[in-house]
Amino acid sequence: MSAAEALEPETILSVENITLSFGAVRAIRDVSFDIRKGEIRAIIGPNGAGKTSMLNVINGFYHPQEGRIMFRGAVRKQMKPHEAAAGGIARTFQNVALFRGMTTLDNIMTGRNLKMDKWRTSLIPAMFYYGPTQKEEIKHREYVERVIEFLEIEAIRKTPVGRLPYGLQKRVELGRALAAEPDLLLLDEPMAGMNLEEKEDMCRFVLDVNDEFGTTIALIEHDMGVVMDLSDRVVVLDHGEKIADGTPEDVKSNQNVIDAYLGVSH
Amino acid sequence: MFYRESGQFKASYAADQAVFPIRQDQYGIAAILLVAFFVIPYMGDEYFFQAIMVPVLIFSLAAIGLNILTGYCGQLSLGTGGFMAVGAVACYKLTTAFPELNFIIVLLLSGVITAMVGLLFGIPSLRIKGFYLAVATLAAQFFLSWLFNKVAWFQNYAPSGTITMPPREVFGVLVTGAASNAMHRYLFCLIFVIVLAMAAKNLVRGPIGRSWMAIRDMDIAAELIGFRPFQTKLLAFSVSSFYVGVAGAMALSLWLGSVETAEAFDINVSFQVLFMIIIGGLGSMMGSFLGAAFIILTPIVLTNVMVGSLGFQAVTAKHFEFMFFGGMIIMFLIVEPQGLARLWQILKEKLRLWPFPY
Repeated sequence: MSAAEALEPETILSVENITLSFGAVRAIRDVSFDIRKGEIRAIIGPNGAGKTSMLNVINGFYHPQEGRIMFRGAVRKQMKPHEAAAGGIARTFQNVALFRGMTTLDNIMTGRNLKMDKWRTSLIPAMFYYGPTQKEEIKHREYVERVIEFLEIEAIRKTPVGRLPYGLQKRVELGRALAAEPDLLLLDEPMAGMNLEEKEDMCRFVLDVNDEFGTTIALIEHDMGVVMDLSDRVVVLDHGEKIADGTPEDVKSNQNVIDAYLGVSH
Repeated sequence: MFYRESGQFKASYAADQAVFPIRQDQYGIAAILLVAFFVIPYMGDEYFFQAIMVPVLIFSLAAIGLNILTGYCGQLSLGTGGFMAVGAVACYKLTTAFPELNFIIVLLLSGVITAMVGLLFGIPSLRIKGFYLAVATLAAQFFLSWLFNKVAWFQNYAPSGTITMPPREVFGVLVTGAASNAMHRYLFCLIFVIVLAMAAKNLVRGPIGRSWMAIRDMDIAAELIGFRPFQTKLLAFSVSSFYVGVAGAMALSLWLGSVETAEAFDINVSFQVLFMIIIGGLGSMMGSFLGAAFIILTPIVLTNVMVGSLGFQAVTAKHFEFMFFGGMIIMFLIVEPQGLARLWQILKEKLRLWPFPY
């Protein structure tokens, strides 16, 4: 490794000149930014700015018309969702997208699916269960129990998630993403609709995940206090375009950002 | 008070993940198995085995099959009758073409052939969902009925158009054909259904079952987590069809003996199995058994009571049966959409406290 590379933090993901449109509507216009390994990167912007679309592009759910994505050195124009998942990108959703009929434990276990041995969990061993499949289940259950302990949700282990309050559902969803041991974790409004205490808990979990597991995090959030406190760097989108990119302090004082949020007199 | 897990601690994840984690449940199941294996065979008569126990067991298996697809994986299917017909025809063709082949292997192979047919008809599930998929599977039902009726090869060119199961032995005991003993057929069904039901339970409680339920509950999130929707759905279609096919093969060989495929496995059978899992409980193994027992036993009980005891005409009883089933299905959809299995669960939760108020 050369001296220059050692000084420059490693980039885990960069999006370059991404343009995404649905018919005549342009959701994202020529946006580029990068995410460095180990940082917490916030994506902010007013409603309809294209933040969630950006996350959907990153984990392969939307396919951009132009531009390319570089993830861990591999350049792609687009990828499939399960390829992104296999590559180490996990995410949570703006509207909780848990498997409502399953228990907390089963939901978090689904997050382990890509880590499980293909043969041991294939049809024939799974029909017999005792033997390879059970060994595999117990091995992954141990990891899932660590996630459950980390998120302090031991008491609701066997509760179907449909019966849980919203704040806990968000936490279970974070658990499901963490169970995949991702390199890059995408959080879409993890604190939306929470009360102050739940928000503080969630902030603590986000910081702890970043600290303890060294996971890189990209998060969308509307609560400016949370964004300014948590994130290392912030990218601001408005009407599908990038209007600012930098540290929280830079962004806070950026005139474009102030105009976008407060409106500007014409 | 008597039914609670207090004091039963689990020291390993294996114990925590057991099928029946509570000791009272283990005793209950052991008691049911003892009765099924050692009491019923000596108590029952020909009518009891042939009209009640054998069809309940066979339809339980078909209900498990449909429950895997509809209850666990969320893909609605109306082709159950058609797939049972595939199983029955496959069983007939295999056993007449290879008379020496062990009957157990014939049954399993019939399931495998049905699984392949099911796989084929599962392909549209990639693009269509819900009612539209139900209509596509309905097409399977009608196409398969037509095919088995039209192509005489499937009936070995029998002029009557029926397929008749020849007598076959398992380990020296005659289990099919007119000369076979009903009790032997019952015991064979019982063992076969228990083994296959355990395999199904193992599937749905493990990683494969989780992938099915993930697709059922939120297919987009499942895909973003790394499940492949198409492969997962196709696996559900083929496993489901395997069970339905084996049930069809058993219905021909161990229950009916001789059938005209298009009539014995028509659209009514598809609906009947669908009602079984709705009334029994979607996404529940026990619900499959309860639903099958309910749907098979209700008409028998109704007929016995109305015709035998109250002196109504048989036709009246039949009409009342239709009304009763219609009413029951509407009631279940409104009052308890999760079926008998859910009622049982509520009862268990209540039993934990009984007889104390809290």
